[in-house]
Amino acid sequence: METLEQIRDRLLARFPAAKVELVTNPGTAAEHSLLLDAVFAPEVARFLRDDPALRLDYCSNVSGVDWPEKEIIDTVKKSVPDPAGGPAKVVEEKTKRIQPGYLEAVYHLYSMTLKHGPVVLRLRTGNRTDQVTLPSLTPVWRAADFQEREVFDLYGIIFSGHPDLRRILMWDEFKDHPMRKDYVSPDDFEWEPTPHGDVHERAKAHYPAPPPAATPTPEAKP
Amino acid sequence: MNDTPTPAGYTPFPAAGNISDQEREDLRRHGILLTSLEELYGWGRSNSIWPLQFGLACCAIEMIAAATARFDIARFGAEIFRPSPRQADLMIVSGTVTKKMAPQVVRLWNQMPEPKYCIAMGACAISGGPFKQGYNVLKGIDRFIPVDIYIPGCPPRPEALLHGLTQLQEKIRAERVSGPQAARHLQPDAASEFPVPDYGAHDLQPPSNPKLFTAHVLPRKA
Repeated sequence: METLEQIRDRLLARFPAAKVELVTNPGTAAEHSLLLDAVFAPEVARFLRDDPALRLDYCSNVSGVDWPEKEIIDTVKKSVPDPAGGPAKVVEEKTKRIQPGYLEAVYHLYSMTLKHGPVVLRLRTGNRTDQVTLPSLTPVWRAADFQEREVFDLYGIIFSGHPDLRRILMWDEFKDHPMRKDYVSPDDFEWEPTPHGDVHERAKAHYPAPPPAATPTPEAKP
Repeated sequence: MNDTPTPAGYTPFPAAGNISDQEREDLRRHGILLTSLEELYGWGRSNSIWPLQFGLACCAIEMIAAATARFDIARFGAEIFRPSPRQADLMIVSGTVTKKMAPQVVRLWNQMPEPKYCIAMGACAISGGPFKQGYNVLKGIDRFIPVDIYIPGCPPRPEALLHGLTQLQEKIRAERVSGPQAARHLQPDAASEFPVPDYGAHDLQPPSNPKLFTAHVLPRKA
């Protein structure tokens, strides 16, 4: 199979208006991916599927990723010349910047005909609140149907062009997206027999502090 | 497991009539069987418990194994798994009850005719088990329906299910036809149907049935 760089260059040659970026994975798996422009994603996907050298005809997996807003501190070392004429001092300058959050859909593609893969695609939303629409790739790969529904259910990415975009795991009346980092689960921690850690913190609110003199009598479960 | 309180002076099963257990055993040894209608009724009911044929998770596999030749639940008269709640006496809640599934379980319980019994099989059905701190699993089916027997285990082995079943048989045989010890289904004011929870925006509404479930008050260390 071609390298990801070659695929990217071919895509850029084929779709000059599209943005295709290579996102490298610094881990040992080194599974690099292609970040696609959401607008061109269906066309690019169809090209990847039908191109005779690639033939990525099998979408094995669709995942969602939630990237919350992140504060990044950049440290820049600067040498400041001493006005008294001594040696220059090295001063660290720290600047804070907020990296805006976004949601991501990740597609893993393989080729059944040519026996190669995976090629990883990423699509990113504008933000995590109101620009959460991505084009659905279900018309390209039918296998993405249920998994895009799952990403919609748990992350809240709206896939436009999906044939049947409904919740798949939670019930229809459910409002939240439980896999998001800022999801707050319902507080039913009223009875935790052996609470510890975070659970203890949440359960504490339900347990009254003991009266000063009373000796606690634990109840048995009927 | 049988939590019905025993009043003073009350002799539990198998005393029936005016003769002592010892005298009756002597008569039995001589080939004379004495019984009461109440005892016969309990004996008959306890030896033909028809469970509802439904499983929720991996515990259901153990329940199926309990019905196979190796463990053979037929030895205890409970081999006829009915595919309709209208024909079942026993609901074995075998496995994880998700919040999405809970209303259906309660509805099945309401559709079962009296006398009916419930076994909570496995850690999940008792308390949520390993998913207790999750957002989507009900923390014990006893929040919505009354449970007669709790079988711990993850999952419980078929022997444990058989043990739970024999415990339930003992409980049924100890039930009286009238009086304060009368079986639940013979008490006119005992509830037989329970409200089915609604799907809410964040959780089930209500999250538990307050008439059945009250959270245990655990003393908090100051």
